[in-house]
Amino acid sequence: MSEHHHGAGEGHDHHHDNHFTDMEARVKALETVLTEKGLIDPAAIDAIVETYETKVGPRNGARVVARAWSDPEFADWLRRDATAAIASLGFTGRQGEHMRAVFNTPETHNLVVCTLCSCYPWAVLGLPPVWYKAPPYRSRAVIDPRGVLAEFGLELPAEKKIRVWDSTAELRYLVVPERPQGTDGFGEDALAALVTRDSMIGTGLALSPEEER
Amino acid sequence: MSACNTPAALLSSAELPKSPEGDPVFAEPWQAVAFAMTVRLHEKGVFSWSEWAEALSAELYRPGRKADASDYYDCWVAALSRLVTELAIASGRELETLTKSWQRAAEATPHGRPIILENDPLR
Repeated sequence: MSEHHHGAGEGHDHHHDNHFTDMEARVKALETVLTEKGLIDPAAIDAIVETYETKVGPRNGARVVARAWSDPEFADWLRRDATAAIASLGFTGRQGEHMRAVFNTPETHNLVVCTLCSCYPWAVLGLPPVWYKAPPYRSRAVIDPRGVLAEFGLELPAEKKIRVWDSTAELRYLVVPERPQGTDGFGEDALAALVTRDSMIGTGLALSPEEER
Repeated sequence: MSACNTPAALLSSAELPKSPEGDPVFAEPWQAVAFAMTVRLHEKGVFSWSEWAEALSAELYRPGRKADASDYYDCWVAALSRLVTELAIASGRELETLTKSWQRAAEATPHGRPIILENDPLR
């Protein structure tokens, strides 16, 4: 069983959901010309960019999660007002302003979908996976989240509920994964190292200390 | 990508921002795309290392750069655009037109749909 949630603002009429900065548009223009002339293949470019997945943006979501695992008061604040809680760590920016944190529990797993108009909060989460852009992923994740997760190698127990969250132009989601076992006494740096991009969009879990090594 | 594919040549680009491990780092996703495109074009021999180095230097050592070098990839994109026009792959006007077209396409794309060039209402 699954539920599909929309963030606040759904149903409003937004004419400017998407925007490219001058540099973003210039790079798209170059990509278009070079692709048309057969000089580059966008899939090959995506493949190169994916190898730099961990080198793009401040990727400060892992620190937010590590703080929430370590500090119950911060976790509570994050649950009530993620935007302010994240900003309190000094993480603000064009893409990170309006966030909501959804917490995984033993009963519930959260999954975020988005087709990457411009609402993916890369400053917090890091680069999105290439497949995340595919429109079929979004629709299938809504209809059959358990099946999609299984394809990514994440088999969840049948009794675990899956909630699917749909990013909007105003509100972006951060999944706070469950803290892995065997991490008692870990400092925030060690904890942050366990928080993968996939665990913060819900297509994976946080690493165990053994997996991280 | 295998190790032998690593863009060793482009990593020697002047003033390239790098991590302590020597990997390129990017403040925003478009910078990684610009870097990746340049890697491919160089690998394919569309331009030589010295052509690239020269184009990049011309942009990097232009007066009026930002003191914190946060415009490094703006220079990179300018250098790449310059090579693309010098090699007659596209004219400067074509690039400008496409840039504006992409901006209109983004504005015209509703939330939840991928931004594609065809969404530009003037196309």
